[in-house]
Amino acid sequence: MPRTRTPVVAGWFEGDGDGFRLLGTRCASCASVFFPREDHYCRNPACASGELEEIRLSRRGRVWSFTDSRYRPPSPYVSDPELPWQPYVLIAVELAAERIVVLGQAAPGVTVADLAVGMEAEVVPGVLHEDAATTWTTWHWRPAGVRA
Amino acid sequence: MDDVALAAGGGAGVTAEVAVLGAGMHPWGKWGRSFVEYGVVAARAALADAGLQWRDIGSVIGAGTVRGGYPGYIAGATFARALGWQGSRVASVYAACASGAQAVDAARAQILSGQADAVLVVGADAAPKGFFRPAGGDRPDDPDWLRFRVLGATNPVYFGLYARRRMAVYGDTTDDFAQVKVKNAAMGALNPRARYRSPVTAEEVAASAVVADPLRLLDICATSDGGAAVVLASMEFARRHGHPEPVRIRAVSTVTPRFPNTVLDLPDIATDSAVAVDPPGGTFRMSIAGAAYEEAGIGPEDLSLAEVYDLSTALEVQWYEDLGLCGAGEGVRLLRDGATALGGRVPVNVSGGLASFGEAVPAQAIAQVCELTWQLRGEAGGRQVAGARVGISANQGLFGHGSAVIAVR
Repeated sequence: MPRTRTPVVAGWFEGDGDGFRLLGTRCASCASVFFPREDHYCRNPACASGELEEIRLSRRGRVWSFTDSRYRPPSPYVSDPELPWQPYVLIAVELAAERIVVLGQAAPGVTVADLAVGMEAEVVPGVLHEDAATTWTTWHWRPAGVRA
Repeated sequence: MDDVALAAGGGAGVTAEVAVLGAGMHPWGKWGRSFVEYGVVAARAALADAGLQWRDIGSVIGAGTVRGGYPGYIAGATFARALGWQGSRVASVYAACASGAQAVDAARAQILSGQADAVLVVGADAAPKGFFRPAGGDRPDDPDWLRFRVLGATNPVYFGLYARRRMAVYGDTTDDFAQVKVKNAAMGALNPRARYRSPVTAEEVAASAVVADPLRLLDICATSDGGAAVVLASMEFARRHGHPEPVRIRAVSTVTPRFPNTVLDLPDIATDSAVAVDPPGGTFRMSIAGAAYEEAGIGPEDLSLAEVYDLSTALEVQWYEDLGLCGAGEGVRLLRDGATALGGRVPVNVSGGLASFGEAVPAQAIAQVCELTWQLRGEAGGRQVAGARVGISANQGLFGHGSAVIAVR
């Protein structure tokens, strides 16, 4: 039986391939943008609005910083304790249009040696982990020019 | 400097002072016992240091821990019960890494408002092995749970991001960061309450395993068991109980960030967006110190020493700049010049810092005040800062928490 593809968090991203985007919200009153999404209140202290609309965030941004995770993170991160730990890279990407920095895992195969602060990166669909019934999907950052 | 030493409050923006009558700690380590034991040892040490009996205390404020079950959430009552119910006021404060400082601030408010003459502030923790982790359960509305579930983003991941950013923006190197560990380990070796009491070389830092690139195991603070306590009192109570010239707390800053906070903070997955509102003039960490300076009516040039939250070596360098000891990007130069070492212009983390203690969350900000107290009294032994008159502590933790305390004598 094929696994069901389920976002690790509902409503944070949508689309496939080149159409994949992070989803945020924008305040209908002051235009502040939020990711992860705020749906019930605007966090601008000068704004009392409770009306926020969903928006698709920019696909590309610039690397603000990066690191990696050389040791297995604790639960609720899911990993198979029977398998040797495979480090992965995390990238914080600054989106110019939204003036926001969003953290994410790098696409599989990206190493810190591939990266530099200021480099362009784009958001791509990714898989966080799989279990018997479900493929848990997420977003990944892929640095431009790195075909991992 | 004399005005700092002589003025006892008053004046625009300056809050009245409270006295630190006693300071006490349970040594930091990995002892494997209940946080309550550590807190009681620290409390009794602080009471003895103050020359007071437990029954002299009119109020107990506990800094809570999320790792001790229900007794951790109601830490004030837990410590009061362990010391023996005696009918004092009680309160518990939880504010992540700033828990201890918010407990100090609450004690100060009770003293200055006349609710209590002498207040015991206690914090203690028993830490797990390895990474701190979120509370259990399936909690997709909790940012702390989400960062682990979605990204596996441990605390060192954030420390690694900050360190790499400094390397890119300011040209700091991993060798520079290692020198923070070398400095703090040298001072921790002189502190009997520290967990790690051996000198560390730059070669040892470089040979330790990478945890979160570019940071290695010896760049990142451990998680520890420990307890710390202070007895705070009104100046009048202090005089009546034989403390004519006590160390005084002159400012406690516990401010929130200002929107939009554009530095990625634990446990967040993204910063605030600055698209609709321009960022404030300085960062959150700068505002923590700034509020304390303003309240105390002093500036960074008045400091004799500072105790800062060196969760990582690179973060200590960042604090130099955020405390105003130097300009943006100049932290490493200050370090290289020896200005922040014992004997330098403004020694930082003469206690040995988190590098030598490891983090016992609710106790840590209180432990910083203990060190300031001993330094300002001239009781710090081999790690004494000569002629110390003014000290600041600073920390920052999860969920927009941070604090700074300024103590003077």
